Amino acid sequence: MRNNMVDKDKSIGIVETQYHTFAAPPSEMELDSGNRLGPITLAYETYGQLNNEKTNAILILHALTGDAHAAGFHRGDKAPGWWDNMIGPGKAFDTEKYFVICSNVIGGCRGSTGPASINPGTDKPYGLEFPLITIKDMVNAQVRLIDHLGINKLLCVAGGSMGGMQVLQWVASYPERVFSAIPIATTIVHSPQQIAFNEVGRQAIMADPNWDNGNYYGRRLPVKGLSVARMVGHITYMSDASMNAKFGRRVKNERQPFKFGAEFEVEGYLQYRGDNFIKRFDPNSYLYITKAIDNFDLSNGQGFNHVLKGVQTRFLIIAFKSDWLYPAYQSQEIARACKQAGVDAIYCELNSTYGHDAFLIEVDEQAHLVTHFLQRVFEGV
Amino acid sequence: MTKTSIDTISPDYRTILEIVGPASSVLDLGCGTGELLSLLVQEKNVKAQGIEIDDKAIFECVAKGLSVFHDDIETGLPEYGDKSFNYVILNQSLQQVKRPDKVLQEAFRVGSRVIVGIPNFAYISARFQIFFKGKVPVTPSLPFEWHNTPNLHFLSLLDFIDYCEKQKIVIEDSYFMNGQGKVRLFPNLFAQTGIFVLSGYMQ
Repeated sequence: MRNNMVDKDKSIGIVETQYHTFAAPPSEMELDSGNRLGPITLAYETYGQLNNEKTNAILILHALTGDAHAAGFHRGDKAPGWWDNMIGPGKAFDTEKYFVICSNVIGGCRGSTGPASINPGTDKPYGLEFPLITIKDMVNAQVRLIDHLGINKLLCVAGGSMGGMQVLQWVASYPERVFSAIPIATTIVHSPQQIAFNEVGRQAIMADPNWDNGNYYGRRLPVKGLSVARMVGHITYMSDASMNAKFGRRVKNERQPFKFGAEFEVEGYLQYRGDNFIKRFDPNSYLYITKAIDNFDLSNGQGFNHVLKGVQTRFLIIAFKSDWLYPAYQSQEIARACKQAGVDAIYCELNSTYGHDAFLIEVDEQAHLVTHFLQRVFEGV
Repeated sequence: MTKTSIDTISPDYRTILEIVGPASSVLDLGCGTGELLSLLVQEKNVKAQGIEIDDKAIFECVAKGLSVFHDDIETGLPEYGDKSFNYVILNQSLQQVKRPDKVLQEAFRVGSRVIVGIPNFAYISARFQIFFKGKVPVTPSLPFEWHNTPNLHFLSLLDFIDYCEKQKIVIEDSYFMNGQGKVRLFPNLFAQTGIFVLSGYMQ
């Protein structure tokens, strides 16, 4: 409480996660795979007020391990939501002007229905009984949430990385329901290199003896497998320059009793991040969500420009020069598709050295672009 | 969008404003901070798109509410369909690209008309500076020193007219100006800038 009194001017303050449940049997939601899933709960948060015309709603979508808590503070927490530097009063996603919604994804483990949820058919956690989901399924579930909130057309959908994929999927599936889109550090189609890194993460989880074909709920968890997956992930989110700046070759002070203990600071950091990940993430969710990302391909065999044909949605596309996981050429392909389809778009490549994480960390220039872009879109509504 | 007073705008912008038809579509190659494009939006209600390589300039374009691509104008055009714009503008940027001939070719492909603005290297003061001072000229339209100029090619208005003749490019209209306004007499001597409206290659 005291913490956010200090930040009162800049932060949205205390927030709470909300839940929307739908698709109760026998009206389950049909998935991309043809399977049916229900009931489905989606976790979400909202910040700011919806205007009378319902034209100021912005949907924020998160990356692989993110959640619905994008801004403000949960009661008792010292750290704010994951995009608090972008969302709040007077910030880029200005909660004094806009009604900002952040939605979690199905398949996840942060309050939405996923493999750790109870399977109504067996009264036990789904585990690997949970059906494979796609980015399109995530978006189809979010549409139900937006319907529930009484919003017909979103002013904007925005997000980075996997959030950016959901943004692109929103435009592809529901172009008439989004005035504008901000895909950041993302891609139209997941590349072999990106799939490869995800596969290393999945193999690490499945190689952990505690994983036991996903049936670990209520027992010993595959902590180490998930930890290694997280370590690989973290490496890909940073850049050579940002790792040099953060760790250099500095060694840890305390002597290691074990020859291969964490000697360098970078090792200690990765191990700490990896080992703590189990506290907030379900290993099976990691498998399902990375698979959804790997299967993402909006090129549809013809190219994204065909998907965009006739689309009126305006785009702000942002990439980062030091991002080697989602290199700028992938964002340029989105920009090219917009050119080919005659879709109104801004493309900008920012200079941050933070790698893929830049959209979460170095936000000044990104905030400038988003602020002015949204202002223009809102004026046109 | 901050409004620019119509009275304070430079003669070359004013000329381009006169040329471009209302509500047309415009692609500005090397749009810089977007001053010309936002004037065109404000005064002529054009559908505007810019391409610019400098990121700081792009931030200013976006602040003006413009759509702009962070891209190189020598490689950024192939995606556009034939004749997808009424006008393609190359104002003070053609002399800054490595291959002006290629850029012009692409500009003719994607635009019905191409508007080219060039600084005149044979402006009288430039001639004086070379002849009497023995120095590379610095003029209002060529304001850079030899070591910091973005210009790769130096040409006079006559050079450009000759080039168009050789390449069989049709010059539909041409306008010559100095700091005060239009120049009608001996433009290659008295004009700092030339604006050419080109309609493509001769059939």
